[in-house]
Amino acid sequence: MLNFEEILQTLSMIDNQKLDIRTITMGISLLDCMDSDGEKARQRIYDKIVEKAGHLVKVGEAIEKEFGVPIIHKRISVTPISLIAGASADKDYVKFAETLDKAGKAVGVNFIGGYSALVHKGYTKGDSILIKSIPEALATTDIVCSSVNVGSTKAGINMDAVRQMGEIIKETANKTAENDSIGCAKLVVFSNAVEDNPFMAGAFHGVGEPDCVINVGVSGPGVVKTALESCRGESFDVVASVIKKTAFQITRVGQLVASEAAKRLGVPFGIVDLSLAPTPAVGDSIARILEEIGIEHCGAPGTTAALAMLNDAVKKGGIMASSHVGGLSGAFIPVSEDEGMIEAARLGALSLEKLEAMTCVCSVGLDMIAIPGDTSAETVSGIIADEVAIGMVNSKTTAVRLIPAIGKGVGDEVNFGGLLGSAPVIRVNNYKCDELIKRGGRIPAPLHSLRN
Amino acid sequence: MKAVITVLGNDKVGIIYNVTKILAETGVNILDITQTILQGYFSMVMIVDIEKCTVKFEELQNMLKDKGVEMDLQIRVQHKQIFDSMHTL
Repeated sequence: MLNFEEILQTLSMIDNQKLDIRTITMGISLLDCMDSDGEKARQRIYDKIVEKAGHLVKVGEAIEKEFGVPIIHKRISVTPISLIAGASADKDYVKFAETLDKAGKAVGVNFIGGYSALVHKGYTKGDSILIKSIPEALATTDIVCSSVNVGSTKAGINMDAVRQMGEIIKETANKTAENDSIGCAKLVVFSNAVEDNPFMAGAFHGVGEPDCVINVGVSGPGVVKTALESCRGESFDVVASVIKKTAFQITRVGQLVASEAAKRLGVPFGIVDLSLAPTPAVGDSIARILEEIGIEHCGAPGTTAALAMLNDAVKKGGIMASSHVGGLSGAFIPVSEDEGMIEAARLGALSLEKLEAMTCVCSVGLDMIAIPGDTSAETVSGIIADEVAIGMVNSKTTAVRLIPAIGKGVGDEVNFGGLLGSAPVIRVNNYKCDELIKRGGRIPAPLHSLRN
Repeated sequence: MKAVITVLGNDKVGIIYNVTKILAETGVNILDITQTILQGYFSMVMIVDIEKCTVKFEELQNMLKDKGVEMDLQIRVQHKQIFDSMHTL
């Protein structure tokens, strides 16, 4: 039987600690939309998305109201478009991006992911055309997100793709320069990309997934922070235990919403992503949790250890609360989307190198980091190569979402508004890696034994 | 189907009367009430059965919310599952 305190605790989590469901993401397979005629394929894509996701927003809003828990985003992920468009004779896929944009807007979602290519071992014709078109596609659409997988633990790293993505990121930044290079906020480069990720910008619907599926990403940094305030000065054993309990409660809400949404939409439930996802709002920050654990600002010595413990405890607590877990599961550290990270970057407490170290022990990677606009494409590629190598060697997903802020330098700020937030431009190591990037080819997959 | 009604705000005359009046008129059966006043701050939690409720859930939410606005209270109705999922195994 529920007691009075438990009910008030839940209300306080929602009202004061920003407990929410971050996203309900419907994954839709477009494999049956292929056609040698691009126009026909696009019509099928539009029709299928509108048919499958027509009620997604309405159902999400109804659940939000009935259960009294905010559901921030309703989104769609689709099969990587390089696979679908590759069947057509088209020489440019921007029109496919425009179709996704139109379909997404028609059903009222705020992002649609899957303008993607998986090239960790090499390119198909479709991959080449799609990647070349990314800057134009992101500049001419509003809600389409793009991702490219350039490495994996089993395949190694495609360094040709790494080189090209450095150029693509720069070109995307230039094409959207008048809006603080916002195109780059919709573009992710992955290592070990997952097929069931509900979070943008990296969501796509993998080929091993069913025709249509509901995946849910939970949130709740504020709830964890508040819970930790009650155990100041206690040992890590206590801290880890408190985080686990809190993560369990947060994830149970995610599981409830996921199964309810799947039932009402008549679509199978896929996974709950055991995530701690911040927003730029005060009280919704991962950095503030790390501070609560005992560091002055995010980036100080000890940050990586605290984050490793947090990430692990979130997974341990969440895993029992959900029947199926997946996605990116872990704590996210997107700089511009986390109020405490923004402050740490402004103070100079947080460097690109420290962020790279942090990505070794938590979810995703170098995320939403503004770098000087004059950073060369080769240097961007070098940063990507380092991050992808971390993912490859450690058998984990890592990603890079960098924003070269055109016309801006260290200390200037970029401002994307809304949940994408704002960020100070962070310093990048000035020494060059051009010769390394020029080599191309593939970095062989790592050995899986003799692990040291 | 069970729901949880929570009423929070400054204590005043007629809170329970006004809330239960709406419930009686809409066929909502009260299963449990817990109420306390802490330093003049009124908080009440009701577990109710809405199986035979004569209006749609959303309408019941709005009726109680409006009454809350009128009496300067925060009144919410939520499906009970959300609390069960967080607090029971």
